[in-house]
Amino acid sequence: MSQHTHSHDSHGGGHHLHGGPKVYGTVLAALLALTLITIGASKIDFGSPSANVIIALVIATIKATIVALWFMHLKYDKPVNGMIFASTLFFLALFFAYPYIDTNSRTDVKPSNWKGPAYMPDSGSAVRGIGANFPVAPAPGTKPVAPAEHH
Amino acid sequence: MSSHAVTADHDSHAHHDPNLQHHFAEMEQQFECSKIGMWLFLATEVLLFGGLFVGYGLMQGQHPEAFKSAHHHLDWRMGALNTIVLLVSSFTMVMAVWSAQTNNQKALIRNLILTIGCACTFMVVKYFEYSHKYHEGLLPGAFYSYTGPHQNAEFVFFSFYFMMTGLHGIHVTAGIVVLCYLLVQARKGAYNASYYTPIDLTGLYWHLVDLIWIYLFPLFYLIS
Repeated sequence: MSQHTHSHDSHGGGHHLHGGPKVYGTVLAALLALTLITIGASKIDFGSPSANVIIALVIATIKATIVALWFMHLKYDKPVNGMIFASTLFFLALFFAYPYIDTNSRTDVKPSNWKGPAYMPDSGSAVRGIGANFPVAPAPGTKPVAPAEHH
Repeated sequence: MSSHAVTADHDSHAHHDPNLQHHFAEMEQQFECSKIGMWLFLATEVLLFGGLFVGYGLMQGQHPEAFKSAHHHLDWRMGALNTIVLLVSSFTMVMAVWSAQTNNQKALIRNLILTIGCACTFMVVKYFEYSHKYHEGLLPGAFYSYTGPHQNAEFVFFSFYFMMTGLHGIHVTAGIVVLCYLLVQARKGAYNASYYTPIDLTGLYWHLVDLIWIYLFPLFYLIS
């Protein structure tokens, strides 16, 4: 690698050259193809709504990884930049995990001393949740449901 | 390394790069330091959007039917068009970095212009989407005034839609401003193979904006 020795030249600059139009063009083609696959997959019913969401997110993650490795140069970079990014994603995962585990391990996500409306009508079924205390403008044609008394 | 050695080294090249700041030993070190700083900034950006993604995930879990019904108001073709526009702009951005690395001034300017063009196209498409929703009354929270058939929690979907795509749009707009600055500087010949740090760092920012859209597109336009 003649370029390697050159980079230690006192004239500076001389970063290792990686990538190039051919590599980036291929990456763009792959990203566009994956976009088409995402759209196609959203039109197919994979059995459950969560299966479709998971498939869409897996494809999005493949795309994001490609962008990070080639366009953001993490593939060629010093590991420290990738480690910053990876640790960010780790903390994001923690951020997501705790509220998710919390709200999924209780049938009623309202605090025990909750004084607001007991439920918010949502397609006829009682809706529990964080959003239950938002004001809802009654839609014309639908009978506004008075908030039930909470004991 | 003693300070004497540094001074001796410093004196040894009379013609050191004018872009080298005095507290760095060499251009490569300066470049790598700037890049670490940019990645730390990008980490804060990921967490900024992360909060909204977490909120989206939880509320979608609470109101799956309302989210599913609300997403039909978004035109997935508009979203797909914007996805393609942003992916192409990421390509032209990385080509701008490559042009600077290979000292190709003409290609650098051309790729910066193409990136700005794609970014503006994205915002124009977004404008048409937003104005359509504004006229229908598909607005966040208390401003939701859609009169057609809908489910009660649909306003939650539009709260997240406007918050997340709005914050993303602000980032695209900020990117356009920075890219225009880079274009002006590039026309003056400020960047070359030994100094292209601003191009590279803006590229990293721009790719992150693209990366966030990669998740926004299926979450808002394609949930079924």
